Amino acid sequence: MSTLILAEHDNDSLKAATLSAVTAATQLGGEITVLVAGANCDAAAQQAAAVAGVNKVLVADNAAYANQLAENVSLLVAELAAAYDNVIAAATTSAKNIMPRVAALLDVAQISEIMSVESADTFKRPIYAGNVIATVQSSDAKKVITVRGTSFDAAPAEGGSAVVEAVTSVHDAGISSFVGEEVAVSDRPELTAASVVISGGRGMQNGENFQLLDGIADKLGAAIGASRAAVDAGFVPNDMQVGQTGKIVAPDLYIAVGISGAIQHLAGMKDSKVIVAINKDEDAPIFQVADYGLVADLFSALPELEAAI
Amino acid sequence: MKVLVAVKRVVDYNVKVRAKADGSDVDLNNVKMAINPFCEIAVEEAVRLKEAGVATEVVAVSVGPKACQEQLRTALALGADRAVQVEVDGVVEPLVVAKLLKGVVEKEAPQLVILGKQSIDGDNNQTGQMLGALTNMAQGTFASEVKVDGDSVSVTREIDGGLQTVKLALPAIVTTDLRLNEPRYASLPNIMKAKKKPLDVFTPDDLGVAVTKHVTQVKVEPPAERQAGIKVEDVATLVDKLKNEAKVIA
Repeated sequence: MSTLILAEHDNDSLKAATLSAVTAATQLGGEITVLVAGANCDAAAQQAAAVAGVNKVLVADNAAYANQLAENVSLLVAELAAAYDNVIAAATTSAKNIMPRVAALLDVAQISEIMSVESADTFKRPIYAGNVIATVQSSDAKKVITVRGTSFDAAPAEGGSAVVEAVTSVHDAGISSFVGEEVAVSDRPELTAASVVISGGRGMQNGENFQLLDGIADKLGAAIGASRAAVDAGFVPNDMQVGQTGKIVAPDLYIAVGISGAIQHLAGMKDSKVIVAINKDEDAPIFQVADYGLVADLFSALPELEAAI
Repeated sequence: MKVLVAVKRVVDYNVKVRAKADGSDVDLNNVKMAINPFCEIAVEEAVRLKEAGVATEVVAVSVGPKACQEQLRTALALGADRAVQVEVDGVVEPLVVAKLLKGVVEKEAPQLVILGKQSIDGDNNQTGQMLGALTNMAQGTFASEVKVDGDSVSVTREIDGGLQTVKLALPAIVTTDLRLNEPRYASLPNIMKAKKKPLDVFTPDDLGVAVTKHVTQVKVEPPAERQAGIKVEDVATLVDKLKNEAKVIA
């Protein structure tokens, strides 16, 4: 058994999501190779080599891979996949973009967002917004898998000493190019990596009112999220959305403010260790999953909470 | 420019789906079905391209049983010009759907193929990307903005932490994210007109595609239930519980 992991990185550093993929690969068993495809990505490759459990790091350092264009990276991964039984990646937006292309090039299915490894060919994954958990068995000789980060603990980032090898093959499909990126710069932790998340919903009423969450987030070192209702209403950008079609989070503490608790939202946060709900509607479904519910008007409760912590 | 837009028949997003008691499958008896929300956004985008004079024809395609003609009629009522059904019964895996769509792409030769980023039943998020690989087309997945410019298209994509813009050579694939547009409602006259628009039916054989199975669903089960907790009186009690009982804040 051997597994190739497509690393999530920004050339300078390896993203924590990759560590969850390493844990999933460890459960599959056998040799683990991490592919770092990028441009001037040596720093990320060195970090991958230090991850406990990784045997080998392949570095494909070329301008064609600089921005993780799916058309180019998928060709590289499909070529390298010949030598491995499994190809896996954490289910980030980048891997979701690339991996199905890899699977199609290999003429195999992709198993999306697994939550557990039951055996070498059998996995559990959520369907219908997590209302149902399916156990699925793959009959493909080579498996392409994405891994739900919140379901697998991070492998230790230190302690490994993998060999690093350069990959020289260059695939430039020449059909797509990178134009630009607007990535929100924030001092707050990333939503999917934060140990505390505070999210606002339609009850926030407008985008300005999300500032009421800022002070609490600063004090708790929390990331700020939102429900789809708040995103649809234009209060906040889409990258803050927690839910079935947004980010899946499982922090130690999740505080839902003015969120009714639609099943699509619950799908994105119900694995949190402790859930707090603040809502003025005492019948809101969010209270059915909350460890601590506070029936209150958020506009008075939030300043009080900020003062009390 | 011809635009092909794919739609899927799925359980209505308001339905809370449950596993059958014997764990063999989900219980879909007498459940309301609808067009997948992301596919609806895809249809809307295609129709807007036509209204803007960029697209000349919008063809809706669906892979599924005869019942999916209902969703094709919805797409036609929203403004698609004609429809193609690839008739297959039972569950069809994303890889096979992508192969069947490739067959339709070869027949129709569209310049742009727009699909939803994922369907809310299987939650796979694969078909558009797979179609891209099979047809060697570039892809703009999770799109929040689509701008056609001559022989290329610029797509702004929702990525972790923000937005990314890529430029793709046509023909190309776009998969839709939530903020791309807000789909319109079909008007009654348009629903009536849609009944008369052409709808062609193909079989997988017609397209030279074998419906293969790569994944078996062994069982389904409900997720681990979360116990409802307690209601607290006020903010002070809440903070006390979080500090001393749950010990999640210092």
